[in-house]
Amino acid sequence: MGTGTSEELDLGQAPGRPGRTAYDGPLLAVDDLSVTFTRRGRRDVRAVDGVSFAIRPGETVGLVGESGSGKSVTALAVMGLLPGRGVRVGGSVRLEGEELLGASDDRLRDLRGREMAMVFQDPMTSLNPVVSIGVQVTEVLRRHRDMTREQASVEAASLLRRVGIPDPVRRLKDYPHQLSGGMRQRALIASALACRPRLLICDEPTTALDVTIQAQILDLLRQLVRESGTALLMITHDLGVVAGLCDTVHVMYSGRVVESAPRRPLFGSPRHPYTGGLLASIPRLDAPRGAPLHPIQGSPNDTIPWETGCAFAPRCDHRVDACTTSAPALEVRGHASVRCWNPLPPPGRTAAAQEEDA
Amino acid sequence: MSETVGEPTASAPAGAGPLLKVRGLKVHFPIVKGVFVDRVVGHVRAVDGVDLDVARGSTYGLVGESGCGKSTLGRAVLRLVEPTAGTVEFDGVDVASLKGEALRRERRRMQMVFQDPMSSLDPRQSVESVLLEPLAAHGVTPEGGKDAHVRRLLDVVGLPGSAAGRYPHEFSGGQRQRIGIARAIALNPDLVIADEPVSALDVSVQAQVVNLLEDLQEQLGLTYVVIAHDLAVVRHVSDTIGVMYLGMLVEEAPSDDLYATPRHPYTISLMSAIPIPDPDVEDRRERILLAGDLPSPANPPSGCRFHTRCPFRQETRCDDEVPALRTLAPGHRVACHWAEEVADGRITPAASAFDATAVPTET
Ligand SMILES: Nc1ncnc2c1ncn2[C@@H]1O[C@H](COP(=O)(O)OP(=O)(O)OP(=O)(O)O)[C@@H](O)[C@H]1O
Ligand SMILES: Nc1ncnc2c1ncn2[C@@H]1O[C@H](COP(=O)(O)OP(=O)(O)O)[C@@H](O)[C@H]1O
Ligand code: SF4
Ligand code: SF4
Ligand SMILES: [Mg+2]
Ligand SMILES: [Mg+2]
Repeated sequence: MGTGTSEELDLGQAPGRPGRTAYDGPLLAVDDLSVTFTRRGRRDVRAVDGVSFAIRPGETVGLVGESGSGKSVTALAVMGLLPGRGVRVGGSVRLEGEELLGASDDRLRDLRGREMAMVFQDPMTSLNPVVSIGVQVTEVLRRHRDMTREQASVEAASLLRRVGIPDPVRRLKDYPHQLSGGMRQRALIASALACRPRLLICDEPTTALDVTIQAQILDLLRQLVRESGTALLMITHDLGVVAGLCDTVHVMYSGRVVESAPRRPLFGSPRHPYTGGLLASIPRLDAPRGAPLHPIQGSPNDTIPWETGCAFAPRCDHRVDACTTSAPALEVRGHASVRCWNPLPPPGRTAAAQEEDA
Repeated sequence: MSETVGEPTASAPAGAGPLLKVRGLKVHFPIVKGVFVDRVVGHVRAVDGVDLDVARGSTYGLVGESGCGKSTLGRAVLRLVEPTAGTVEFDGVDVASLKGEALRRERRRMQMVFQDPMSSLDPRQSVESVLLEPLAAHGVTPEGGKDAHVRRLLDVVGLPGSAAGRYPHEFSGGQRQRIGIARAIALNPDLVIADEPVSALDVSVQAQVVNLLEDLQEQLGLTYVVIAHDLAVVRHVSDTIGVMYLGMLVEEAPSDDLYATPRHPYTISLMSAIPIPDPDVEDRRERILLAGDLPSPANPPSGCRFHTRCPFRQETRCDDEVPALRTLAPGHRVACHWAEEVADGRITPAASAFDATAVPTET
């Protein structure tokens, strides 16, 4: 009991699709994406405002930021899952060069099954409660991998086993409510993997789970990326998860990316005051105890519109005059791109030395 | 109205011994089934025999996976649920023996802060009436009048006086949690049980509330029990930490010792699984993965309750002998038969504990 057989995680190389011309750009390229919710009688909400990033095969990109910063809306826009009405989407989302914004519903549905898949935060809302786990996974296999019913059930059982679900043949008959939270999240990952997607988007896949279960699932994702070359977009507010999983990180605040950097410089020398503030405000399990935490003042509701300055200005302790008169642009600074009039100094440099440069 | 409440002041009760003493505490919830007549078909053993002491003016942190019984333990201490067995002594008095007026008086000295600031506040109640309610309930007149009392409380938790006339939905999550804390300290309590006080808050705001709790403890001499699943937060605020698994304490130690030398296989695994926001640390760490999920507290495993998931499990004793909570170092108690062998490396985790795709067998 407790321990069991271990097996290679052979999730299959995401196969090169025949009939495509050679393409060596990123798998996913998001350019100047903006999403505005327009509801009659209400002020427009610009949830995503000029967001750009790219993901290569085998790369894990993190999107972090607090509640309401636009992470999920970005993901839904990429997947073509935003509601059809009351939304204005601008910019460009290209999967292997193919523009997805404005693509037909049929085409998007086809791509969603075959090339890209998403795991949502709450597994209960994204699994169909009245359809057994087995049918949900085999449907994907039959539709997108042209398997017979028998082939599909064998493959489904093997997928469940590979994501660590015990007794998979019996589990196939279960309905989502019969599984624990951790098992449901694994089932969801299994069904997302069923089509061997080349792009996997995980929106807070472990937030609702206990840390021991979270560790299992993160390890599974790590293995998946390493062995099948899947491109992974990881959405989370947990900086610890980002530190262990992501190659590149984009920090969002109020709909815009405020800092982009590879994970080491991001954690080692954050340049944006919001990133720095986040890191200073969380207690670390491995840091000496008793060191005071330095919270960011105010709350995410205290923003000013980007049109009038930096949205973070009301909470920023690095604020200068320019911050409330005009919006900073995303500029390259060392290893990072930073949207800030007065960024934190790079390591080894004092703020004073930096001012002399200016 | 016979009693008064004045300035919140440092008032750590002077008596000797721990402020809170819990012995053999059990809370079992009946599982009821039946079409016409309800029939008890079993019990959820939410808390199943816990002993712990909380020293005056200190913070006791309680951690463990969801469903392990942390909240139920906290509620049983406050007698918001009736214990099935065991005793809770508060400042030398057995709480279970108290009735009527005496119970009400003791309750005034113990307050609770809840996880979800929104659902624990009545949306139709202004902040002022939220803060005056506990006074009315206990027939207490504030010294210097109600307005001054409300403004003082708001000031203590860092909210402007103008907040008094506003309603909970007008505040951010962090501000609402400040209101919840102000309500808890309105009666100048000695003990505050905070159940997941920051987990519903945005990361950037959590530290504000953690700091506020620490400041208040210093100013008012409060004793805290902080319940949370986030071990980093708990370690930051606590003097002593108790780790729960399926209704029982499996390890208890001074905060620093627990991190430096965790002794119970569950704590060791938990500690190794917590992500640390530092890429260098993350890349070097070896995670010990636990197989499967938390077993049902209605039907806990025999012997050591952790044996179905324990990466250190041995052929003997683990499956059939309940481990006692033994003192292995000063203030450090561990409930594992093999704690010494685990500590000195004579017993190492099974290989499957390092493989995410290892398949747990059904238990
Ligand atoms: N269907 C919708 N209609 C109107 N506004 C919306 C809609 N969906 C999202 N929004 C708004 O868009 C903004 C960004 O929301 P989003 O869900 O992307 O946040 P998030 O970063 O994923 O936050 P969380 O961490 O809480 O999941 C928020 O202000 C939100 O209220
Ligand atoms: N009022 C109740 N009736 C029945 N079962 C309950 C009740 N409250 C809690 N439980 C059960 O007791 C166990 C422990 O719950 P809880 O103390 O809330 O855990 P934690 O706070 O550690 O997450 C769980 O299995 C939970 O479902
Ligand atoms: S632009 Fe100004 S207000 Fe915004 S983060 Fe930079 S320093 Fe702070
Ligand atoms: S008693 Fe056995 S099963 Fe329980 S924690 Fe110790 S080694 Fe693991
Ligand atoms: Mg979201
Ligand atoms: Mg709880």
